[in-house]
Amino acid sequence: MSKELMNKKDLERALTRMAHEIIEKNKGISNLCLIGIQRGGVHLARRLAAKIGSIEQKDIPVGSLDIAFYRDDLNIRKQQPIVRKTDIPFEVNDLKIVLVDDVLFTGRSIRSAMDALMDIGRPAAIQLAVLIDRGHRELPIKADYVGKNIPTSLSETVEVQMEEEGLDDRVILKKMDAGGEKGAQ
Amino acid sequence: MRGERKVLSSKDLLGIKELSREEITLVLDTAAGFKDILGRDIKKVPTLRGKTTVNLFFEPSTRTRTSFELAAKRLSTDVINFSVPTSSVVKGESLVDTALTVQALGADFIVIRHASSGVPHLLARHLHASVINAGDGTNEHPTQALLDAFTIREKKGRIAGLTVAIVGDIMHSRVAKSNIYCLKTLGADVRLIGPPTLIPRNLRETGVAIFHNMEDGLKGADVLIMLRIQMERQGKGFFPSTEEYAKNWGLTPERLSRAKEDVIVMHPGPMNRGIEIVSEIADGPKSVILEQVTNGIAVRMSVMYLLSGVKR
Repeated sequence: MSKELMNKKDLERALTRMAHEIIEKNKGISNLCLIGIQRGGVHLARRLAAKIGSIEQKDIPVGSLDIAFYRDDLNIRKQQPIVRKTDIPFEVNDLKIVLVDDVLFTGRSIRSAMDALMDIGRPAAIQLAVLIDRGHRELPIKADYVGKNIPTSLSETVEVQMEEEGLDDRVILKKMDAGGEKGAQ
Repeated sequence: MRGERKVLSSKDLLGIKELSREEITLVLDTAAGFKDILGRDIKKVPTLRGKTTVNLFFEPSTRTRTSFELAAKRLSTDVINFSVPTSSVVKGESLVDTALTVQALGADFIVIRHASSGVPHLLARHLHASVINAGDGTNEHPTQALLDAFTIREKKGRIAGLTVAIVGDIMHSRVAKSNIYCLKTLGADVRLIGPPTLIPRNLRETGVAIFHNMEDGLKGADVLIMLRIQMERQGKGFFPSTEEYAKNWGLTPERLSRAKEDVIVMHPGPMNRGIEIVSEIADGPKSVILEQVTNGIAVRMSVMYLLSGVKR
């Protein structure tokens, strides 16, 4: 059972608004970069970067971050997470980083991501942009930019599908099947 | 997008023979992520904190033991080096008892090197901990083959279809055996080069080509893996003398010119300079010998990480 929460147009509009908010809050884009969390956050970070670039007429650095090595559930998962590429082709020291993820849920991924970033360098600040905030936080973490707030129950999952993964752009809400893992979003 | 199931099928890494192509590829892909970390200022991740690694080395080894120790430390496990001359092994404790004791002390990973083939397999049957073979007799040295494959893939972008020549004492080399299994599984053409006394004929069954003439064997090779001539084999009738060996099977610039222009030269170390390889090549632009050492840490981290996810 699944329900569409956002279609292609909704997603597009949300990202455009978030791009403007990021520029506005930071009064431009000097000293600013975007880092997407593998895997959904990476595509979103690139899209936001393209939008910000066309608004400001200037490129903003984009990177990707894998958090597998920093997860707090390595001892209890059914299998180790697949390790993907961390690719941050610039120094993060003294930069303002906008961390980008698709779905904000317990906040544990964001905690892992912040630890990973701190091991790479010492950023001036870290902000958080997420397409969906579905609630149920287990850590004191709050997003600075949100595409859409969606109240959910724990038995549901939110899936962001994107063209970069060979799917149509959309966000869907699914009832989790019996074998689903909590924390997998 | 989600729900990919990529895991190793065993809690232990005993040999390459037991691994599928998918498992080998998973280890290599995962190692790439760890290699990134080794290039940073903070070369450590908290991934396996709280776990314990015991290095159980019944044969002398500096580089492999150090590499495993660093890999384990970079993953935040605690490491104990169990050195044999000071242990109760000399008091006659059985191997399995020693291993069970080490496990009872809280080891999650037991890295073992032993002069007898099959010892890691024996221990794996008795232990909950993950057993990693760091070289058993003349059988296998799986992490060396994995780091060699990782290095080749990194340099050449692929392994399938490449011509890889392994040169030297194949018979006594666990490195050669693991490399043959690994490279054949990944689709390379493998050649063995060396004196007839040092290449077991039954290896032909694995689909390798055997050459006794170095010049012929090197023709068109993409990768050379030079093996160490084990000095202790001298005077046992396998080859007349090290001088004679160097004359026939030592790697010189003249010989190297028979291989492809972009050939890479590898060696598991420690090298006998001037015997199986001359310094000019070992230190030259085609050599990737020091990169193998760095990659060894990343590959061993990858193995430990993946084994820790295998359910018992």
